[in-house]
Amino acid sequence: MDIQLASIIGAAFAVSFGALGPALAEGRSVAAALDAIARQPEAGGTISRTLFVGLAMIETTAIYCLVIALLLLFANPYAG
Amino acid sequence: MEGSPLVSTVLFHVGPVAISRPVLTTWAIMLVLTLGSLFAARQLKPYPSRPQMVLEAVILGILDQIEAVIRKDARPLLPLIGTLFIYLVVANLSGVLPGVEAPTARLETPAALALIVFFSVHYYGVRARGLFGYLANFAKPKLIMLPLILISEVTRIFALMVRLFGNVMSGEFMIALVVALAGLFVPIPLMALEIVLGLVQAYVFTVLATVFIGAAIGDA
Repeated sequence: MDIQLASIIGAAFAVSFGALGPALAEGRSVAAALDAIARQPEAGGTISRTLFVGLAMIETTAIYCLVIALLLLFANPYAG
Repeated sequence: MEGSPLVSTVLFHVGPVAISRPVLTTWAIMLVLTLGSLFAARQLKPYPSRPQMVLEAVILGILDQIEAVIRKDARPLLPLIGTLFIYLVVANLSGVLPGVEAPTARLETPAALALIVFFSVHYYGVRARGLFGYLANFAKPKLIMLPLILISEVTRIFALMVRLFGNVMSGEFMIALVVALAGLFVPIPLMALEIVLGLVQAYVFTVLATVFIGAAIGDA
């Protein structure tokens, strides 16, 4: 298998599997936040701000995978 | 490779300095924001005119948000955080204009903003606690945590940069791909999504910067 084909497959795998974990995690955190807001609507502002920050943190994992995929595709050090 | 999102096109040179497209867009945004602020704040009155009302609503909204995060007087932070937020909103949304590419979709602009955040975290921390008080804070709660805390100082700023870059760039990339594959009017829903994402990313970047600075200031 030549290095370009391997990089393309690697990039696709990185993004697809890298999106799984953060998707599950974000779903869980949004569900928990909605639950909390439903119980205590007056704390909605604080909860949603914390939720946004937390989502951003979780999302970082997926974005690292995206960056790895981009590096493989566009800045691959082994593909000459 | 052609069309790589990691490389930006150089437009012209000023002396030895290469001026790329994001830089030029940033200059245009700076010009628009400065002139707009000058115009809106030209005659401030106790009974505000319409542009002044908008300005006051924006500034007070940002002030409230900062205060809710750091839980003390937000006025010292307002110039930095407010400018960051307004610039990011305009920069992320500028990608919607035809022919304009959002400067945050290239690595340099988020990197520069993240560096500003990195240095201002330490600046505000030292200013609030004194040099030794601030340095001692790194060794809390246990001295053995020191390497981890030092690493996290760098990685969280790196994550801040990559998050903004990755989100904005992937949005633009997706739109370009859909235009190339499907045709002219198909990516309009994607562009609407991109507007929301741009606003959310501006908010997240600003809130995270505020959280970092608030943590550096501490309860002092």
